[in-house]
Amino acid sequence: MGRGTVIDAFGENHTLNGALNDAVAEIEMRLLLEAIYEAYHYDFRQYAVASLKRRLAQALIRFDCRTLSALQAKVLHDKAVFPQLLDYLTVQVSDLFRDPSYYLALRRNVMPTLATYPSLKVWVAGCSTGEEAYSMAILLAEEGLLNRTLIYATDINSESLRKAASGVYDLDRIRQFTLNHRESGGKGSLSDHYHASGHSAVMDPQLRNRITFADHSLATDTAFSEVHFISCRNVLIYFNRELQDRALGIFQEALVRRGFLGLGSKESLRFSAQAAAFEDYRPEEKIYRKAA
Amino acid sequence: MASQGVYLDQRPLDLLLIGGSAGVLDVLRLILPRLPLSLAVPVVIVVHLPERSPELLPRVFQSTTRLPMHFAEDKEPLVGGTIYFAPAGYHLLLESNRCCALSIDPPVWFSRPSIDVLFESAAAAAYASRVMAMLLTGASTDGASGLQSIHAAGGITVVQSPQSAEAATMPAAALARFTPDFILPASDIAGLAASLSPQPRPAAVVSN
Repeated sequence: MGRGTVIDAFGENHTLNGALNDAVAEIEMRLLLEAIYEAYHYDFRQYAVASLKRRLAQALIRFDCRTLSALQAKVLHDKAVFPQLLDYLTVQVSDLFRDPSYYLALRRNVMPTLATYPSLKVWVAGCSTGEEAYSMAILLAEEGLLNRTLIYATDINSESLRKAASGVYDLDRIRQFTLNHRESGGKGSLSDHYHASGHSAVMDPQLRNRITFADHSLATDTAFSEVHFISCRNVLIYFNRELQDRALGIFQEALVRRGFLGLGSKESLRFSAQAAAFEDYRPEEKIYRKAA
Repeated sequence: MASQGVYLDQRPLDLLLIGGSAGVLDVLRLILPRLPLSLAVPVVIVVHLPERSPELLPRVFQSTTRLPMHFAEDKEPLVGGTIYFAPAGYHLLLESNRCCALSIDPPVWFSRPSIDVLFESAAAAAYASRVMAMLLTGASTDGASGLQSIHAAGGITVVQSPQSAEAATMPAAALARFTPDFILPASDIAGLAASLSPQPRPAAVVSN
């Protein structure tokens, strides 16, 4: 969204968060999140406040509401509004092989251990529109492990999951994806894993066939399967500490003995109550192992 | 943390924020060495960097001061006397519980990290009136709106005088919106940083 919209909506002297910087807005925000939870069963009540506030400030402009109370009324009474609001609250844009050094570390330091299992389950938690799930599938294919692996890719946004399952990305993003893939130690060419169709890159169905896209909430659901490796990057940054601890508890429960956990490059277990459940494995790439 | 605060003359401060872009490394080289080693508040800095630039900032500036510095991590509690840089490719926000929060939300004014995002998060926090925020040289309008938010929330705002700035766009954008507490050349901003002291100065009065 262009920042010019902000000025159009509120006049020259208003700032983005200006409408949300008082005690009344705090109450309204709490009530809105409660209303969303009761009406739609999406639980944002333990999301990190600062980011959520920014996104809600943008949602106010998008839905032409002066206050969060007005937005709440709209969300409750117009069923078409919530799915759009959900996009404001959840959608993340990622790249194939974002943070190539992470994938390089997986290739060198995690895949050799995973290769010792006769069958593998990998969980990409918070997969958004699927970039990380396909990156993982390509990585596993290149390491010769994909045909014995099942990838679970989960998210709370069903529209994102639908896009992820289609495996279609804008062709103009491929240049960056290709650079990332090469830097991640990619074997062969990224173009082995998609075909161009018009302005789109369509991911190889053989990758897609190994991925199960599913609705799962780290805020309200529990572990659903035993897995060997969980990749959950730049998802926990949107949670408050309590919700982070809940999610890490689910991961701890889902992982096999000595299973691997990968987080985003600026995420850390240092400040979590669950820190003792995991050991540093490749700390510079935020790769952990379930403690013995 | 209030007990760890510093004073700008009589005004108690809990947090120092600094934002800048083009030309800002030279200004930080003036400011950071002048920060008192007894500094009891955290310093949080957003410098515009390319998304995938190498993680150089703490290495560049660590030689200029004995105050410890590093890139902020998600959920990291702010500690007095420590300098935090926003990592490239992430927005850095501050929560009311005085912890860092990162996000990969889209760039603002083509920047991630964005100065507006940092400043606006601090302006929304409970301690907003005890924040001092400095907006320095830069060739972008990022930061102006956030600085205004801090001003509106009762914090102290400092803008580098456009004529002293290598790139005047950023400070000029702030001045077009509101009148900050201080408009100073870089060397005087460094002097202001040096005047942050653990005790209030009895007789002095803050003025512009």
